[in-house]
Amino acid sequence: MTETTVLSEITTDTGLSRDVLLNLGPQHPSTHGVLRLLLQMDGEIVERIEPHIGLLHRGTEKLFESFTYTQIFPLTDRLDYLCPPSNNLGYALAVEGLLGIEAPVRAQYIRVMMAELSRISGHLLITGALPMDVGAMTTLLYTMRDREMVMDLMEMISGVRMHTSFCRVGGVREDLPEGAEARILQFCDIFAARISDYETLLENNRIFLARVENIGNITGEDAIALGLSGPNLRASGVDWDIRRDAPYEIYGQVEFEVILRQDGDCYDRWKCRVDEMRESLKIIRQCIHQMPKGDIMIDDPKIAFPVDKDLLAHSMETHIHHFILSANGFKVPAGEFYSAIEAPKGELGYYLISDGSEKPFRLKVRAPSFVNLQALTERTTNIKYLADVIAMLGSLDPVMGEVDK
Amino acid sequence: MVADDMPLAAVLRAYDQRVSLDLSAVDMPCLLVPPGDLIALCRQLRDAPALRFDFLSDICGVDIFPQSPRFMLVYHLFSIPHKWRLRLKCRLSEQASAPTVTPVWPTANWHEREAYDMYGISFDGHPDLRRIYMWEGFDGFPMRRDFPLRGYKDDYNPMGAKRPPDEAAG
Repeated sequence: MTETTVLSEITTDTGLSRDVLLNLGPQHPSTHGVLRLLLQMDGEIVERIEPHIGLLHRGTEKLFESFTYTQIFPLTDRLDYLCPPSNNLGYALAVEGLLGIEAPVRAQYIRVMMAELSRISGHLLITGALPMDVGAMTTLLYTMRDREMVMDLMEMISGVRMHTSFCRVGGVREDLPEGAEARILQFCDIFAARISDYETLLENNRIFLARVENIGNITGEDAIALGLSGPNLRASGVDWDIRRDAPYEIYGQVEFEVILRQDGDCYDRWKCRVDEMRESLKIIRQCIHQMPKGDIMIDDPKIAFPVDKDLLAHSMETHIHHFILSANGFKVPAGEFYSAIEAPKGELGYYLISDGSEKPFRLKVRAPSFVNLQALTERTTNIKYLADVIAMLGSLDPVMGEVDK
Repeated sequence: MVADDMPLAAVLRAYDQRVSLDLSAVDMPCLLVPPGDLIALCRQLRDAPALRFDFLSDICGVDIFPQSPRFMLVYHLFSIPHKWRLRLKCRLSEQASAPTVTPVWPTANWHEREAYDMYGISFDGHPDLRRIYMWEGFDGFPMRRDFPLRGYKDDYNPMGAKRPPDEAAG
């Protein structure tokens, strides 16, 4: 839906110019969900961009306050719905931080591996969607085909394609199924070659480059001031990656490079993500090779659901714990904790305030897409035409589930 | 995770007693600051070469109803050069407003609009203080503790809670 309203007709030396208010979205393929942009235009030239968000607002933070700590996992899935494992991981770390526990090493490897798989799945979307926004349809079809492989892996591991809810406080829900490791490695081999295919399709494509190169530049200083994080920040040359600089889980034990680019234009933000997928593959391979055998859940019946489901039928104690956990949940000591992880979109923070009960007193999500979207409105140079706005929006890679919470 | 070598003592001395260190924080150092000193403190934290908190991660509104003062604003700062995190807490009564930190960190713009939309906390000097998630004309502030989970009953929300009589009259 695009509607225009003529505000005024201005006669200039060069002819007639019209001051137009253009409504873009909320239902429009290039707005990646339900984002509404109000554009004040002088002919084709954009003078002001005003994003209207909140059309997907589901009151997630209000709901958090009435859910038990285990029930919250499915809600976090629906924030950045392209990468549920990352959302789960960030939330689990916040609760574990307050409880003072740490998941077993094997569980940490599984979590990180799934988070990286989901990073690939999230980045694949923008790798194909940005070219589609600017007119190159083909790449999206290829990236969607390959994203299907990640979906299949998610389904194999957790039973669902998208909203995995695989993390639990203190570990993960289940161990990897038989044969999963081999299939993940097989995926890594196939996918490594595919990344080069996308680059071949687009990197020297003059039409694509004309639309994204030197468009929507953000300097490093402005990117920090705007609060950009993740690939959007690193595309502007700011060297900061939480996985490397404040390693959580087992990121300290795996080797990978932080992708940096200097220009901070739409092309750099796109390229940054393409290269990050290679690094994610490296991390996934290392996870599979380093992953030890062992527990996937901490041994604390007051927090963790029983891993061995047979016990439910035979052990009265397990049965009681399971009932209490399901009916009431577990208590988390009073206090507050901020956990920040490097989600595919940037710094995903969960700020948890507990009053000592089974439900959080306040759980705030620092959603990276929400903050990144602000770059549309200010401090971005080289957005002149309507077409540039579309490229800029695509390159910022907002996911409306996370923007609107 | 608490950075013991963060040179906060000088900051604390500069505001003699008005800014204090919250010792209960386990994940990162936390400062309690009154609204009057917030802007000066933020500027100092951002600009002091030994601190350089150039990145504002998040602003979180909290409603501690029925305690008084009712609201709390929690700022999470990060220093990209030093890789430090810091939390600022600022208590506010229901009528009071907080100064905006948008001149210090432009990213605060939408965070403050969110806190206004959800809790009704107003920010002095904010360039564009409007609702961000809810629509213009929405009645009430949904994240407040006394706002019902299902919202208030109206034509579009038949399952909502009834409005308390004193509010319905006003």
